[in-house]
Amino acid sequence: MKAQHAARMRLLGVIRKESWQILRDPSSISIAFVMPVLLLFLFGYGVSLDASDIPLGIVIEQPDTLSHSLAGSFERSEFFKPYYFNAIQEAQQALDERKIDAVIWLRNNFSSSLLAGQEAPIGVIINGVDSNQANITQGYIQGVWLAWLTHFAEVQGQALPMPVALDQRVWFNAALSSRMFLVPGLVAIIMTLIGSLLTALVVAREWERGTMEALMVTPLRISEMLVGKLIPYFILGMGGMLFSVALAIWQFDVPLRGSFWLLILASALFMLVALLIGLLISIIAKNQFVAGQIAIIVTFLPAFILSGFLFDINSMPMIIQVITHIVPARYFVAILQTLFLAGDVWPVVLANMGALFLMLIFFFTLVWKKSRKRLE
Amino acid sequence: MNSPALISSHLSKCFQRDGRQAQALDKVSFALKPGRVTGLIGPDGAGKTTLMRLAAGLLLADEGELEVLGVDVRRHPLKVQSQVGYMPQRFGLYEDLSVQENLELYADLQNVPRSQRAARYDTLMQMTGLAPFTTRLAGRLSGGMKQKLGLACTLVRSPQLLLLDEPTVGVDPVSRRELWHIVYQQVQEAGMTVLLSTAYLDEAERCDEVILLHEGRMLGQGQPQTFSDEVNGRVFQVRIADPDVVDQSVRGLQAKLSHAPGVLDALIEGESVRLVMEEGTVAGADLLANETGLKIKPLAPHFEDAFVAKLKPHSEQSGKNPVLPVKAATGAASDEIIQVKDLVRRFGEFVAVNHVSFSVRRGEIFGLLGANGAGKSTTFRMLCGLLPASSGKLAVAGHDLRTAAARARSHIGYMAQKFSLYTNLSVIQNLRFFSSAYGLRNRQQRERLEWALSTFELEDYRDTNAGILPLGYRQRLSFAAALMHEPEILFLDEPTSGVDPLARREFWAWTNALAETGVTVLVTTHFMEEANYCDRLVIMAEGEVLAEGAPRDMKALARSSTIPDPSMEDAFIWLIENRKVAA
Repeated sequence: MKAQHAARMRLLGVIRKESWQILRDPSSISIAFVMPVLLLFLFGYGVSLDASDIPLGIVIEQPDTLSHSLAGSFERSEFFKPYYFNAIQEAQQALDERKIDAVIWLRNNFSSSLLAGQEAPIGVIINGVDSNQANITQGYIQGVWLAWLTHFAEVQGQALPMPVALDQRVWFNAALSSRMFLVPGLVAIIMTLIGSLLTALVVAREWERGTMEALMVTPLRISEMLVGKLIPYFILGMGGMLFSVALAIWQFDVPLRGSFWLLILASALFMLVALLIGLLISIIAKNQFVAGQIAIIVTFLPAFILSGFLFDINSMPMIIQVITHIVPARYFVAILQTLFLAGDVWPVVLANMGALFLMLIFFFTLVWKKSRKRLE
Repeated sequence: MNSPALISSHLSKCFQRDGRQAQALDKVSFALKPGRVTGLIGPDGAGKTTLMRLAAGLLLADEGELEVLGVDVRRHPLKVQSQVGYMPQRFGLYEDLSVQENLELYADLQNVPRSQRAARYDTLMQMTGLAPFTTRLAGRLSGGMKQKLGLACTLVRSPQLLLLDEPTVGVDPVSRRELWHIVYQQVQEAGMTVLLSTAYLDEAERCDEVILLHEGRMLGQGQPQTFSDEVNGRVFQVRIADPDVVDQSVRGLQAKLSHAPGVLDALIEGESVRLVMEEGTVAGADLLANETGLKIKPLAPHFEDAFVAKLKPHSEQSGKNPVLPVKAATGAASDEIIQVKDLVRRFGEFVAVNHVSFSVRRGEIFGLLGANGAGKSTTFRMLCGLLPASSGKLAVAGHDLRTAAARARSHIGYMAQKFSLYTNLSVIQNLRFFSSAYGLRNRQQRERLEWALSTFELEDYRDTNAGILPLGYRQRLSFAAALMHEPEILFLDEPTSGVDPLARREFWAWTNALAETGVTVLVTTHFMEEANYCDRLVIMAEGEVLAEGAPRDMKALARSSTIPDPSMEDAFIWLIENRKVAA
């Protein structure tokens, strides 16, 4: 038998075996197809980073037309749900009990000082426990206040001392909906799970059940074993990816503004990196429990926290920002968010794909060096 | 083609374990004759698996040369791997693939040409008796069938050298016999060379040649017969001829004889004691010169006799039989302290224990004998109240396990497989922990700790970590831990699996001594010959009890003109075959 023919027979043997195992193991299929549904629905519908219906306490010490007009503005805003108090002490107590997140305090001299043109006629208290939420709330309050003030000035017929007028336009995610930004990033999380966790588990399982030892004492080359394992899981992972993308586009109405084929290419690149990390973990950890733990800690959690999928990398401390560069999901999340929301922005896509490619080479070399047909 | 199939010279291998060096192999040298079955004989930790892995190119030797089929394994592992067949201890069957798919996979990996496959599969399936099960998932096969499928996968491309690592451990005697048959068929038909390791000493006699390993060292190589011949004329059987004159049980007799001068080994065999004498000692008749009522006759030596005779001088174990103070019996000897009736345990569709009934009398050593997967451990766990029964009646020391599991458990001492102790705690810390787990404290606890240290002679090791105790002392510590709360019943789950014959003898000496004090002992084992230590036993297969009774009665079942003096294994095979006929 020719050597080439023999090698192909062995490789196909491994691929066939892996495929049978994937098809018969409900957990592989569910990680690839049930997990995406679960995560997409959780993050698509359940989690929202947008502020709306913020409970807001309004203290009006001396009811009159102006104070009612301002309160009405907050009332009409979709961001707020006002509660009224007669005294600041009551409002503070509600704030302590976390019934409201912020307080607008209109003192009894509100109308008179406003008309007299004095500064800071209203007081604002914001619960700053969640600093992100507090910033958003502060912004919204300022927005409503400014709008009301402009309106008030027009009615009064006197110009407001405002040197610059803001004309904002939000690009790429015009509705500022966090779903648009979360769902593409989720694809990276899902692919990390399939690529690293699943691969780490199945290879560790071979060690645990003693099947690896028998495989090793056959003419099978190490390269054939690696490729034979990578191909079926690559296909499974890409299947999970396509499924998630389809859900994103048709179920969550996320636009795909970039090229579909570029998305496939970038995903394939990321998938390979994830698979190689999975293989590397299973070479180090030879039982399923440890392999699972390592995979979660080394791949899933960083992908979740440090990839920019959920938390903005630029607002992280410098040291953490540096660390994010070793998280492969970071580059893929950037590619995904760009391709989905902005389009084929070549400099961004190419730079990030380049980084992924370097990681691919790095992990490939590491796996190649570490895997030997030996038990120690 | 008369060059050796495998040449090992001064092969050494060291492992790092718990920060200590463990010498797995120490300058082992031998050559394998081609076309023969060579047995690698030795207990767990002798270095059998390490040697197999070295030969398969899975490990690298620290020192020495290893040549397999004329190839240096260190330099060309892949070349060796494409010429040998290797079946590891737990053979890697893919349980979620069918029998046929497992074969296909290995045929692909071994590059068996497609044109030859159908014929080869047929041969293998006929040979292993798996032909009717080709579409069944491997995970659904019985233990013996799995092992045969593993062997079939290894043989899918006829290798020149077959390496089998403990292929028969825990396998029922019928499948074991079939496995041996297949191995010899390969040798005869394909001229294969076989290296097979086993911890069962009785299997040594089936090999053309054996290599004896102990603690990484080679004790000898030769035909099994030459080993047995060394103790020829030194093996005797002593039986109590006149029970009126000898006021002693067989157990007592064994304990006494093992102390007699010149005795290397004394072993209970049914109603008699088997003796191995030291070289150059008095003939058997003189030994019993001043004893009456005993009868002695010479026996043909077994391989095990020779093995023990070879090991004993190297052994650090005292070999003296322990004596424990007799406790006043708390009930009549005829009491049925454990009653099991119609016990059933299902796991989903699978019936692990199928209408099992037996009863154990106070002060007995009672055995559950069967292969892996026979339902022994499941029955055991139900008796300990660790697993609820699906149906049936279970009573231990008068307490129904369904309603008073906790109370029943306080009468039980349990020793799990492999002596489950905390290896990084010292002897005294282990004992203190187990005694407080059983609710002992203050003076009572101190007294029991003292008792354990002195009875089991553990004082010298008081502050030694359990993990680095010599095996014999680890056994004692396990006994002590299980006995802290003075239980009436002691449960021993596969206590001797993989333990060397000397440690096993010591283990049974302790068990016998305990039974003499009135403790009831329930023990599971897959060593057929250990049934001889039991007063009574049940033989189990596939969740059912095949027979209950004294070892003598069991063996009597299998007596025929061809087997005038059947062993326990013969009895087991007889029972399984007759069950098949009945079914």
